[in-house]
Amino acid sequence: MDTIGYRDVVGWLRAFAAVVSEKKEFLTELDAAIGDADHGINMNRGMSAALGVIDDHAKEDIGALLKAVAMKLISTVGGASGPLYGTLFLQMSTRTGGASELTAAQWVDALTAGRDGVVARGKAEMGDKTMVDALTPAVDAAREAADAGESPAAVLRASADAAATGVEATIPLVARKGRASYLGERSAGHQDPGATSTYLLLDAAAGAIGAG
Amino acid sequence: MKKLINSPEDVVSEALRGMEAAHADLVRVNHDPKYLVRADAPVKGKTAIISGGGSGHEPMHGGFVGRGMLDGACPGEVFTSPTPDQMLDCTKAVDGGAGVLHIVKNYTGDVMNFELAADLARGEGIEVEAVVIDDDVAVKDSLYTAGRRGVGATVLAEKVCGAAAEEGRSLADVAQLCRDVNANARSMGMALTSCTVPAAGKPTFELGDDEMEIGIGIHGEPGRERKPAASASEVTAMLAEPVIEDLGLGSGESVLAFVNSMGGTPLIELYIVFNELKAILDARNITIGRHLIGPFITSLEMAGCSITLLRLNDEMTRLWDAPVHTAALRWGA
Repeated sequence: MDTIGYRDVVGWLRAFAAVVSEKKEFLTELDAAIGDADHGINMNRGMSAALGVIDDHAKEDIGALLKAVAMKLISTVGGASGPLYGTLFLQMSTRTGGASELTAAQWVDALTAGRDGVVARGKAEMGDKTMVDALTPAVDAAREAADAGESPAAVLRASADAAATGVEATIPLVARKGRASYLGERSAGHQDPGATSTYLLLDAAAGAIGAG
Repeated sequence: MKKLINSPEDVVSEALRGMEAAHADLVRVNHDPKYLVRADAPVKGKTAIISGGGSGHEPMHGGFVGRGMLDGACPGEVFTSPTPDQMLDCTKAVDGGAGVLHIVKNYTGDVMNFELAADLARGEGIEVEAVVIDDDVAVKDSLYTAGRRGVGATVLAEKVCGAAAEEGRSLADVAQLCRDVNANARSMGMALTSCTVPAAGKPTFELGDDEMEIGIGIHGEPGRERKPAASASEVTAMLAEPVIEDLGLGSGESVLAFVNSMGGTPLIELYIVFNELKAILDARNITIGRHLIGPFITSLEMAGCSITLLRLNDEMTRLWDAPVHTAALRWGA
C-alpha cells in the first residue's frame, strides 16, 4: 500500500468512533481525577454524531469528509475538546481538499497542520499535560518515518507509538493548561485524558489504515 | 432536587420557548442551533454585538438582547459553553455589514469556542472582533490559573457598548470601548448557599449553615476563603475593599456601583449591602455616579451577592444613560 485512500480515512474515523465508544468510561474516569468527568461522554457523543456524517458523505473527497466531521464535532462535543478536536480535523481538511488519496508525506503535512491548529487554539506547549503531549511527538515521529521513505502503514504506526510514549510522559506532569491546571500540584500522578484520546485517534489510524 | 422544571434535559430549550412567548416584540429565537437575536436584526450598517455563555446566569445574556444592548445571544447548556455553530449562525444573523463584536467571559471553554466561531465567521467574510472580560479580583488568589474570570463587568460592558453601537460607532471603536470598560471595572462575589445544576441533581459544593464562601465564581467555583457567616456590613467590606484597591480608585472619582444578586438573595438584602457600600465609598470620597441593583448575572438559585465597580467618565456615563429596551433592562425607550 503506497497511499492512504478515501476508504482508509473512512475506516480510520469509524475505528476511532468505535474505540471511543468502547473506552468512554475509561476516558471519563481519567477526566474525573483531574477535570470535570465528561471527556469520554463528550467525545463519544461527538464521534457517534460524526458517524452519521460519514455514512451520508457521498463524494470521495478526503478534505470535504474531514471538514464535515470537524463541523459535527464542533457542534456536538462542547467544552474545550470540541473546539480542539474540531480544529485538528478542520486544519487537516485544509491540506487534503479534493484529494481521494494521500501519500505518506501528504498525510504528515495534514497532521502537522492539525497539530499547529490545536497549539494555536489551546495555546498549550509540550509539557503542559494536554493532548499536545501526545500529538507533537506523533507528528515528529511520522515526519521522520516519512522522510526515511517508509510506507504509510509504517508512518502511522510510528506516530501511534510515539503518541503512546507521550501519554505515559503526561503522568508525572503538573498541568498548566485546561481545567486540570486548577489543581496545580495535585494534577501530578494522573494520565491526561486529552492526550489519551489523541493516542486512541492515532492508534485507530495505524490499526485501520496499516491493516488495509 | 426540588426545582420548577419538567425534565433536566429540557431546561434550556423550554426556558428559551418561554422567552420567545413573552418577548416576541423584542427578540427572535432560533431553536436549532440555539440563539436569539433582536427582533429587527440585522440592523443595516450598525456594528452588531453578541455574547453568550452557559445558561443559569439569567437574565444574562438573553435578557439583554434588544435595542441599545445586545444584537444576539447564544445560550449553552447550564454552566456549559455554547458551541461555535451557534455563535457562527448568530453572528451571521446579526451582521448588518459593519462587523460583529463578540463579548466573551474569560473561561477556557467560552474563549476557545468563540475564537473558533470568529475564525469561521471571518472565513465567510464577516468582520469580527472579540473582547474577553476578566474582572473578578477573587481569582488571583484562588485555585484558578486560567486568569481572572469574567463576571459583573460583562453586564456593564454589554450596556455601554450596545449604546455606542446604536449611535453608529465603528466595530473598532466599540471593541476599544469594551476593553476600556473591562480595564476600569472589577468585581467580587460571595455565596451563602450552593446551587444545583439540574443535570447534576445535587449541589455543586457543600456550604454549612453557618458558613459563607468569599470570592465565589458564577458557577460555584471556589473563591478566596471560606469563613463563618458575617453581617452585611462585614461582608460588604470584604467584597468592596479588594475591588477598590485593585482598581486603584482615589478620592474624587466617580463610579457605577453594581450590587448583584446571585439568584437567591432578595432585593431587601441587596439594598442593605448598597447602603454599606455607599458608606465605604463616602469615607474614601468616591462618588456613586450611577448604580444598578438586582439579579442580573446569577448562579441559578445561589444565595449571595457580588459587587462590581466601574470607574466612570463623562462618555461612559452618557452611554450608560442612553435608551435601552431589553427584557431585563429598560429605560429611556
